[in-house]
Amino acid sequence: MSTTLKRVHGYLAEFDNVQDLYHAAEHVRDAGYSRWDVHTPFPVHGMDTAMGNPRSILPKLVFCGGITGTTVAFILQTVTQTNFWGEKLGLKFVEDIVETYPTVVQAKPIDIWTLPAFFPVMFELTILFSAFTTLFGLLALMGLPRWNHPLFTSKRFAKFSDDGFFVCIEARDPKFSQDGTKALLEKAGGKNVELVEDEI
Amino acid sequence: MEASASNTPRILEREPLVLNNRSYSWITNRICGIVENKQPALWWILFIPSVLLSGVMAFCFIYLISTGVGVWGQKQPVAWAWDITNFVFWIGIGHAGTLISAILFLTRQKWRTSVNRAAEAMTIFAVMCAGLFPAFHVGRVWMVWFLAPIPNANAIWQNFKSPLLWDVFAVSTYFSVSAVFWYLGLVPDLATLRDRCRPGLKKFFYGLFAIGWRGGNRHWSHYETAYMLLAALSTPLVLSVHSVVSFDFATSVVPGWHTTIFPPYFVAGAIFGGFAMVLTLMIPVRRIYGLDDLLTPKHVDNMAKIILLTGTIVGYAYCMELFMAYYSANPYEAAAFTLRGLTGPSIWAYALMFSFNVFAPQLFWYRPFRHNMVVVMFVCMCVNMGMWYERYVIIATTLERHMTPGSWGEYSATWVDQWTFIGTFGFFMMLFLLFLRFLPVIAIGEVKGVLPQSDPHFDDHGEKGIQEEDLMAYPDRHVAKPVAA
Repeated sequence: MSTTLKRVHGYLAEFDNVQDLYHAAEHVRDAGYSRWDVHTPFPVHGMDTAMGNPRSILPKLVFCGGITGTTVAFILQTVTQTNFWGEKLGLKFVEDIVETYPTVVQAKPIDIWTLPAFFPVMFELTILFSAFTTLFGLLALMGLPRWNHPLFTSKRFAKFSDDGFFVCIEARDPKFSQDGTKALLEKAGGKNVELVEDEI
Repeated sequence: MEASASNTPRILEREPLVLNNRSYSWITNRICGIVENKQPALWWILFIPSVLLSGVMAFCFIYLISTGVGVWGQKQPVAWAWDITNFVFWIGIGHAGTLISAILFLTRQKWRTSVNRAAEAMTIFAVMCAGLFPAFHVGRVWMVWFLAPIPNANAIWQNFKSPLLWDVFAVSTYFSVSAVFWYLGLVPDLATLRDRCRPGLKKFFYGLFAIGWRGGNRHWSHYETAYMLLAALSTPLVLSVHSVVSFDFATSVVPGWHTTIFPPYFVAGAIFGGFAMVLTLMIPVRRIYGLDDLLTPKHVDNMAKIILLTGTIVGYAYCMELFMAYYSANPYEAAAFTLRGLTGPSIWAYALMFSFNVFAPQLFWYRPFRHNMVVVMFVCMCVNMGMWYERYVIIATTLERHMTPGSWGEYSATWVDQWTFIGTFGFFMMLFLLFLRFLPVIAIGEVKGVLPQSDPHFDDHGEKGIQEEDLMAYPDRHVAKPVAA
């Protein structure tokens, strides 16, 4: 606390309602800023367009996670339950890696044609892997968990989780300027425009 | 624009989802207040017996472990009895939570926002109760890890061709995915609680689980995609879980079990029983915590309609079972149903099942009954009991009268059976009450999102916000606001 060295994080402006925020976001987008964000208590419908955000790539990650789940289930079940890998494909090393005692029960075949019996587990693992890819992919894309953030130094900002609507333009943005950015936010209808600083 | 607007009829005005024009901060204060203020006396009056009953459940399980699974009443030929009945009962309860959180989300039913949080919590707690029964039913519970596909010294792997193992995968996946879905939905609301706390232990823990959420739209964008993906994953999952549970029965050759109608019949029954439990929990919560503006009669009405629909599907399935028993000309199948409903030792259970599940919900055809909380609670209690009897009828009474009369037998539950089951209700209620105490019971962020003033085009379209006809004219939400001609 004794150091007084501070780094500028950016300008934070408050808006009264969703409609003002939406129009302000369009202004900031059209001014050509790239490192900025709006902070709202709930997701605002259409805000991605107002900000010019691209679509999330999360579905692509989840697709890969799902395929992995299906494959894992297929391999797990065929290796441990059938003669497919060792006898049919001649991959003897698979049998060396995974020791199995064949489960010959219920008069069910032990070749690959017992595959339909494996569908439920393949389905469940597809869902399981997809769900966890969604969770961890989301955290990675958001850059969370994160214990602290310069924005939390602003007293006013705590309202974002209640009924506050904010725009923050970061100092890292190439178009950021001390006067120009402030003027833009005020012109867009922002109130209580404040400079957010981070202790370093 | 003006001319075309006057030619097209305005859509019917919908009942508001939040009554009395409540503001954002009113919603925050009301829901967070439940967690922040002292709990009402009734909370303690319910919580203490719940903890005691959980203790009874723990005692029963310890007694079972130390004595043997024979302390339960099942014996040949009734090898599956109360334990599997309770398992299917609890797992079915969970299904309504996922239906509300996933299927109603995909179908854009905005009223779900007021009930989804509590319903998802109910799902998770119900699945926890359900999982206990098969785990102890295996007999040697310390060997239950054998259900997991872990390489072991015997080189013996699970029988992946068995529906019982599919069940292990289905239920564990269901629990995991429901927990992920629930937690992800909680993150923004945990941030709300974090921002309201004074620094201290509470703020630390809410902050820890809020993972530094700051409501940025770049986050919301990914978050909403993730939420939709989880909803889309949970929808087939929830249908699969009870289908797989029904495979435990349907893939056997026992008359009365070996039918193709089981998967849809079980899924409908699960949703039916689950909605009854959601209402059983939410009607008192709404009254005790003053959430009448957020959980309106409209919500109760909608859920009552779902109970009526699924209850009628269940009734259809009961009748279809009887018809197929007759029409299949299979004497064993016909005998199974004659014994179940007419001449067997447990016809009382069949009668209770039929009247609670099929007749009681028919009251909901009449609108004033759907709006009378006493009637709704009465029907829900009937359904809660009826659905337990349904599983009892399917499981125990079928096994009492198997194929060969020489192996027929009678079944009666022991005190351990009974107290274990009663104990799980205590366990369930304890978890639910703790949830009410520490977490927001209604999804704060989601409810705010469905208020009319949350629409960015609220101003452009007069007081009512964007109307459906505007959306039809501009189906792509990426199109900027319509330019007035």
